[in-house]
Amino acid sequence: MSGDLSTPTDGVRTEPAIEATGLVKAFRTARAVDGVDLVVPTGGVFGFLGPNGAGKTTTIRVLATLLQPDGGTARVFGHDVVREADRVRERISLTGQFASIDEELTGSENLMILARLLGLGRTQAGARADELLDGFGLTEAGGRTVKTYSGGMRRRLDIAASIIVTPDLLFLDEPTTGLDPRSRNQVWDIVRALTDEGTTVLLTTQYLDEADQLADRLAVIDHGRIIAEGTPAQLKASVGAGTVQVRVFDPAHRPEAERLLTDVLGTTVQTGPDDDALSARVDGPGRASLALAGLARAGIDVTTFALGQPSLDEVFLALTGQPAQAGTDAHQEQAP
Amino acid sequence: MTTASTTHHAPGSPDRALRDALSTRPRPPRTSALSASLTFARRALLKIKHVPEQLADAIMIPILFTVMFTYLFGGAMAGSTREYLQFLLPGTMVFAVLLITVYAGVNLKTDITSGVIDRFRSMPIWRPALIVGGLISDAARNLLAAGLVVALGLAMGFRPDGGVIGVLLAIALVLAFAFGLSWVWASLGLVLRTPSAISAVSFLVQFPLTFASNVFVDPQTMPGWLRTFVEVNPVSLLVDAVRGLMHGTAQAGQIGGVLIASGLLVAVFGPLTMHLYRTRT
Ligand SMILES: Nc1ncnc2c1ncn2[C@@H]1O[C@H](COP(=O)(O)OP(=O)(O)O)[C@@H](O)[C@H]1O
Ligand SMILES: [Mg+2]
Repeated sequence: MSGDLSTPTDGVRTEPAIEATGLVKAFRTARAVDGVDLVVPTGGVFGFLGPNGAGKTTTIRVLATLLQPDGGTARVFGHDVVREADRVRERISLTGQFASIDEELTGSENLMILARLLGLGRTQAGARADELLDGFGLTEAGGRTVKTYSGGMRRRLDIAASIIVTPDLLFLDEPTTGLDPRSRNQVWDIVRALTDEGTTVLLTTQYLDEADQLADRLAVIDHGRIIAEGTPAQLKASVGAGTVQVRVFDPAHRPEAERLLTDVLGTTVQTGPDDDALSARVDGPGRASLALAGLARAGIDVTTFALGQPSLDEVFLALTGQPAQAGTDAHQEQAP
Repeated sequence: MTTASTTHHAPGSPDRALRDALSTRPRPPRTSALSASLTFARRALLKIKHVPEQLADAIMIPILFTVMFTYLFGGAMAGSTREYLQFLLPGTMVFAVLLITVYAGVNLKTDITSGVIDRFRSMPIWRPALIVGGLISDAARNLLAAGLVVALGLAMGFRPDGGVIGVLLAIALVLAFAFGLSWVWASLGLVLRTPSAISAVSFLVQFPLTFASNVFVDPQTMPGWLRTFVEVNPVSLLVDAVRGLMHGTAQAGQIGGVLIASGLLVAVFGPLTMHLYRTRT
């Protein structure tokens, strides 16, 4: 299923943001990246989805010129990440999985030092730091050392530090892991605003809902290999199934409805927690219409008959044979 | 792909300040190697400002050893503390500065084990700037230690015959040697696993080198085998040159020797450090 979902060819844009071929990075204990082929088009958010240990961070570190690959090639805006590392660095920014800012310095000092390193003059650097602190809701915290920041503030500062000079490509490695829902929404807003400005964002996540919310295209990685690639809708369609949700008007009719649906759909039917609810996987809309017709003929009134697309959880299960490891409730766990 | 980026756009008015902060602006020209190094030096000094405890060694070692050795050994070794101080002080200055050069390795190790190094390494800046900037700020720390020893000494009765110029040149010479030695700790910082391992190794190397030298005692009083070692010990050569400068008796050969030694340290350990930095991080 992996190779089927090719990137749609776009005649206008010349070079993709990222083009990796057969990328390999092996550590002593594991082949963390094991032959990754990846094309990330310019513009929008590209989601890089996979469970913990799948190889997301390692792939990003190779693409961001921090690690030398052991095999394969990668180009960022046409520049080889090994031979033209400095060219690549002029186009990218990295917000790593763990905060990459100086804990002992204040938020404002962090931004100013980085602005100076990027070539801004002293007054420009100060003005840019103030502007970013303001935009990211950190004006009041700007004079405090980062040690005192909450997880969400740290994340925002970390992202602000990555866009002092607008990058053409921004790597965001699990930007919302460990954040509370409010901070997560703030990060999402920032990501959307960034892509509106034309920055391409490569965002890794373990959270299917996050990929679904933000990504225009997705690649799913597992054990160092890309196992699927496409738009969220394509990925869902590729699993080839949706779910039909039914509520009967009279709960007494539920056993009969269950028998009927089992016959028509040819799959097991789940009865929901409410005494009027049933659900079942279906192969396509055709069968679902037959099911609706069958229910009508049998005189079973329904209050709800809905055909839903599969969730990305189901996609992941279908692709890997395993459920995605992190439930969405893991958002609450605070990283150290 | 063209419309994709707005597909999920959140309804409602976008935060004005955020939009302003995000608006695209041109990339400034690349910073020079010097400017990047100076920025890293400034970063290190800012860290000292926020965590002044980092200066504890640079303040305590000069005070403790100048006072302690003068009054502890002065009477026994030279008859009077004042007389001993004239001999001891240049040595204490060397001793104090060399001991704290280890920060070059400790701070580098701390930096490369923290997440912030990833950001620096993904930016288009001169690679060695982080290390060079660190050494610039170390020079400030070393200068503080050297200045403290001299100031304390003057208060206790140290009267250098070489005058102000002699003392300043002596300090400059110590800083030059410390710069060379710092590269040794920087390369160790890239090899050893923890900052405390670097401190331990540095102590094990420096302690015998400073005590088996002419810092505290005139080698004439030592047994022959020890004297042989003391006389080739680079610390002794440095102390000789520093004493000479402070007391106005320095010979060009002594100073040249120290400068050559510093240059050799930089020539060997500079490229080694850069090589390790490129391959190990
Ligand atoms: N520096 C390293 N040394 C050894 N193994 C590593 C290193 N970094 C990552 N790995 C291993 O490589 C695999 C992929 O890790 P990573 O890229 O961090 O995954 P993800 O970001 O998807 O969670 C894991 O098995 C991990 O243990
Ligand atoms: Mg990771």
